[in-house]
Amino acid sequence: MADQYRADLLVSCLHDRPPELLAALDAELAHRGLDKEIRVVKAGCRGWCAQGPVLHVQPDDTFYVGVQPADVPELVEETLVKGRVVERLTFRDPATRKRVHRYADIPSHRKQLRIALRNCGLVNPESIEEYIALGGYEALAKALSSMTPEQVIAEVKKSGLRGRGGAGFPTGRKWESARHAEGEIKYVLANGDEGDPNCFMDRALMEGDPFSIVEGMTIGAYAIGAHQGYIYLPFEYTLAARSLQAALRRARDFGLLGQDILGSGFDFNITLRLGARSFVGGESTAIMHAIEGKPSEPRAKHVHTTDKGLWERPTCLNNVKSWAIIPEIIVKGGDWFAEIGTERSKGTQVFSLAGKINVTGLVEVPMGTTIRQLVFDVGGGLPKKRYFKAIQIGGPSGGVLPAGLLDTPMDYETLAEAGSMMGTGGVVVMDDRTCVVDVARYFLDFLRDESCGKCSTCREGIRRMLDIMTGITKGQGSLADLDQLEQLAKVVQGVSLCGLGKTAANPVLSTLRYFRDEYETHIREGLCPAGVCRSLSRFHILETCSGCGLCVKACPEDAIIGEKKQAHMIDQDKCLRCGACREACNLDKIEIVSPQAIAMMPKPAVVAVKPAAAGRGR
Amino acid sequence: MPQLKSLDELRALRQQLQRDVQARTAAATTITVGMGTCGIAAGAREVMSALLDDLAARGINAHVTTVGCIGMCSKEPLVDVKRGDDPKITYGNVNPTMVPRILDEHVADGRVVEDWVVARVAA
Repeated sequence: MADQYRADLLVSCLHDRPPELLAALDAELAHRGLDKEIRVVKAGCRGWCAQGPVLHVQPDDTFYVGVQPADVPELVEETLVKGRVVERLTFRDPATRKRVHRYADIPSHRKQLRIALRNCGLVNPESIEEYIALGGYEALAKALSSMTPEQVIAEVKKSGLRGRGGAGFPTGRKWESARHAEGEIKYVLANGDEGDPNCFMDRALMEGDPFSIVEGMTIGAYAIGAHQGYIYLPFEYTLAARSLQAALRRARDFGLLGQDILGSGFDFNITLRLGARSFVGGESTAIMHAIEGKPSEPRAKHVHTTDKGLWERPTCLNNVKSWAIIPEIIVKGGDWFAEIGTERSKGTQVFSLAGKINVTGLVEVPMGTTIRQLVFDVGGGLPKKRYFKAIQIGGPSGGVLPAGLLDTPMDYETLAEAGSMMGTGGVVVMDDRTCVVDVARYFLDFLRDESCGKCSTCREGIRRMLDIMTGITKGQGSLADLDQLEQLAKVVQGVSLCGLGKTAANPVLSTLRYFRDEYETHIREGLCPAGVCRSLSRFHILETCSGCGLCVKACPEDAIIGEKKQAHMIDQDKCLRCGACREACNLDKIEIVSPQAIAMMPKPAVVAVKPAAAGRGR
Repeated sequence: MPQLKSLDELRALRQQLQRDVQARTAAATTITVGMGTCGIAAGAREVMSALLDDLAARGINAHVTTVGCIGMCSKEPLVDVKRGDDPKITYGNVNPTMVPRILDEHVADGRVVEDWVVARVAA
């Protein structure tokens, strides 16, 4: 039944893209009579978000980035007929500027260890055949045929796996509580509702490898004694929903879901539930409320959800990543997993890299990897040789850590001690042109929108903190504000009910802790050193300017004047403070000064004398 | 689709399906066909087709890849067989009728077809 192909073309990044690339590949292969020996595989996301669409040729392991339909004839002719690499389509390592041909040799890939994302981008997510062929469902078969539910739980406990949704509760212990909870009917839930603005690992996993989630949930259900499961995901994730829906149908076709799974007598079914994407909606009790048809707001967890969760019945909720890891633990053993990572944080963590970093996208590294390794080895460093200033880890309510903590190993405890958190693994890298005060203000703004409003500390506290922060960025702050911010932050953190409120103060507290001098510069000197807060920064060209004119071209307001090869000046009345000139300047001749300082400087006199000269010859 | 009723049935199905994804899994043997202009002109395409058909017929798990001209154009079509850690053997002037013997004796059995060897490169 199976066809034999000499090569597979794994194409990723097809999400939301016009189908021309696939059509071009199909047409070119058919035209050359290669369609019987070479196959195009529609694979899921492999995390190469900044470089897509990416194409991986197997078995040669050749890896192409940014492939366009026009590249297809050359690619097929060279790589698939003549066995040569198309140099210009290969990945260029930002550190060495060298081209890398093979996927296995790409530095950011070599430093990774993929467990949760093991199949993403390497399989057709709609094909249960491929999943089984590559070892899928071995874990479920092993659990059902040779392990008791207690043994499954023992194995998960031994692995040391902790919830990948962010809180890091030991998964094995949660399963054990759910197993021992009283009640005939129990549920397992998969949380795919990631509300972080820059996180998409859950989506990538649901789209790219749905079967590993389904298999993991089935194993979990067997272990705790549940017969019904729900996968909750945002309805905006249309492709993920389609991919999961197809996976559930195929699993039923093969007798791997439904009645009498694999002839073991164990029954289990999974239903998809779609909700609106929101930050607080990903909280475990909020999800249970949403599935029950109530507003997705959290409740106090005086009674654990493993005792009374969904419809007041014992419920075991795990993040989709946790579920996807389970089959690997069952097949390879808890000891194998426990050897990866640190003393108390085992295994790997998926991070989504964003901000000022070369390799943006999804990566998975062992727990305990240092921030430096993540940013510089895996992420390829910062673009434009800019300096690393800070990093926010854990999503919008994660703390902002300074360059001095670059060698901090990332695990649950160490990050929490440093004032940040593992959270969902969202990472934002900031360079020296990022204002941490503005960043903290931005995330407060996000969290204010996302707060459900149930607890007044969170509802009013975040709003009040935001007012103070906005004041500081506009030059209306005082030093007393900083103490008040700190006080407010501690109240919001201590009194709010759920994770959102408890962590909402992290960006403020961590920036106050590590970047207090930057707050003080804003307040005392009326200066935003990064040049971001527009009321507190003025751009000024140094007298040593070479007069190359790049800034003149970049300025949208024609606010820069000066003769060619002579120092230029900025007309402050026209300047929008957008920073385009500073980005354009290759010699770093544009500095940031405070509005007070600029007032003392001589005004550009040339404005009146030679207005036409500025544009001439450029 | 038949419902799977046991671990054995799952494993039997996996065995059957594995050939479908063999390009993505490790293989002990790699067969490389010279497909530069010289190779194609000398009939490398036909050799490639014969290789794929005969491998499928025998159920052998091997990677088949292509490579450009290595400069020995007079001996094209050239076919390399790299079997595990053995030296890489290059056969010259290969035509489709020679393919079954190479597969049966060398790839399946490990006995190099000495009559047609033109080069031998140690691992």
